[in-house]
Amino acid sequence: MKTKRPMTITEKILASHAGKKEVFPGDLIEARVDFALGNDITAPLAIQAFQEMGAEKVFNRNRIALIPDHFTPNKDILSAEQCKVLREFAKAQRLAHYFEIGQCGIEHALLPEKGLVLPGEVIIGADSHTCTYGALGAFSTGVGSTDLAAVMATGRLWFKVPESVKFVFYGNLNPWVSGKDLILYTIGQIGVDGALYQAMEFSGEAIRTMPMEDRFTMANMAIEAGGKSGIIEPDRVTLFYIQKKAQRPYRTYYSDPEASYKEIREFDVTQIFPQVSLPHIPSNTKDVREIGKIEIDQVVIGSCTNGRLGDLRVAARILKGKKIAPSLRLIIIPATQEIYHQAMREGLFEIFLSAGAVISPPTCGPCLGGHMGVLAEGERALATTNRNFRGRMGHAQSEVYLASPAVAAASAVKGRICHPDEVMKRGSRGFRGYGK
Amino acid sequence: MENEMKIEGRVWKFGSDIDTDAIIPARYLNLTDGGELAKHVMENERPEFPKEVKPGDILIAERNFGCGSSREHAPLALKSAGIFCIIAESFARIFFRNGFNQGLPLLESQEASKEIQDGDQIQVDLTTGEIFDLTQQKRFFAKPIPPFMQELIEDGGLIPHLRKKGFKKK
Repeated sequence: MKTKRPMTITEKILASHAGKKEVFPGDLIEARVDFALGNDITAPLAIQAFQEMGAEKVFNRNRIALIPDHFTPNKDILSAEQCKVLREFAKAQRLAHYFEIGQCGIEHALLPEKGLVLPGEVIIGADSHTCTYGALGAFSTGVGSTDLAAVMATGRLWFKVPESVKFVFYGNLNPWVSGKDLILYTIGQIGVDGALYQAMEFSGEAIRTMPMEDRFTMANMAIEAGGKSGIIEPDRVTLFYIQKKAQRPYRTYYSDPEASYKEIREFDVTQIFPQVSLPHIPSNTKDVREIGKIEIDQVVIGSCTNGRLGDLRVAARILKGKKIAPSLRLIIIPATQEIYHQAMREGLFEIFLSAGAVISPPTCGPCLGGHMGVLAEGERALATTNRNFRGRMGHAQSEVYLASPAVAAASAVKGRICHPDEVMKRGSRGFRGYGK
Repeated sequence: MENEMKIEGRVWKFGSDIDTDAIIPARYLNLTDGGELAKHVMENERPEFPKEVKPGDILIAERNFGCGSSREHAPLALKSAGIFCIIAESFARIFFRNGFNQGLPLLESQEASKEIQDGDQIQVDLTTGEIFDLTQQKRFFAKPIPPFMQELIEDGGLIPHLRKKGFKKK
């Protein structure tokens, strides 16, 4: 796109959706929204607001997804009632993308897998981790229920154009280091409001060598640094991932070389090792070898952050032929039905079950203390999820530690938080822990 | 209280990075009624808060108030508990949008956030951003609320605002 002034990928996408040649950080714009989503927690309020507005029909029945993924399979009567609100609204509005359990999955793993969120688009979701789709080169951000209602009715929403901050990751990744470690490290460096209101653009050779799964993990946690969005310019990996899935035509955007950034931060990834975030804030990040002996009661591998096939494969590589510590519970949650099915075909369930894990159907479940692994007073969990706020997974006096699937699987074997090297033979260490 | 732009009330003070799980834990997210949610607002942080908070009280926090999830149940619970407005050094962005969309005004002032103490009696004028601490006899000025946001507050939130404007369908 030829423009007057150099722009970042984020500015270009927003300008094109606002019908403008250019936008500046701080501009208030009204933009066309390509796709909107809500879940069983946020959509009931949105549907209520939609009706209060006096709206009768959604702007486009093909551009809205309702995904009951948080408290499903329905954990109690009230949750069942909330899912019923979604189901009835989807039916009344003839929504093309309502996912009943059996076809469902965690929204931010499901929509990319279905090819419903695409590069160059503006996507909003009534869920804070909507920033995940930025990994495809889209402008994607979380909003509340009222904003979702406004978009369902009008197909448009107001935005403040964010300043962009560029994070350049250079060098080769150390063994067992994944996208999760890079984003935890970054949040540790800049803090939980280090990117407040900003678009975090991830780039550099280390990102280019990463599979989509790790990129989704990184964009997913931009919100944990206060970011409005996380974004990665599309490349060969992105296009290969999307080409067979895409449900609509799409357009790719790239930052101009002279685009201006509020800040450019560079990280040498050869200095980054497997990370863990200690309670009760995601920025409390340490090298896993430097935290001493921390025993744990439960390990959870799953969530919109790390419940994808690659995450399960790396966990399986570590757990193969081993047993989890007797004092510990290991819960594995494939993020979507398709991931679940493929993991089963590949024999990963055999490994998990033999190790002593329980396998849950796709759900957000324990990540937000919903169900399928809520913590009691004084209990400690290591999870591949995204937040370790006080009481997040259950009792206000429980603790959550955040790490990658490799660290989680190794720690399940040891019974305490540890580096994967502690349970794997030296020669078996793989690049990023993913078998090539 | 929807169109009231001035108030005098008691201050409840909180620290930095108060997340939405602290404001309203996820175990209550199977509720959508503001009054029901208000019974549990902030209970993990300060168990007495939901019992003692009164209509017109003001919440003061430090940095990054409302970080974490996009649950609009958080500003809804605070508003339903009677909180008139929130003053903080900074807000997390989804919470900021949600607050105004719910008709809950949010003011940014580093000085007020630092100096006003828990239990102080203060006056807040949303139109001017003026904050007067009656207990300490000190005056502060918050960043003015942008005109667009001010309209949302006057109309009582985004939905009444859109209804008033007669929303445009494509």
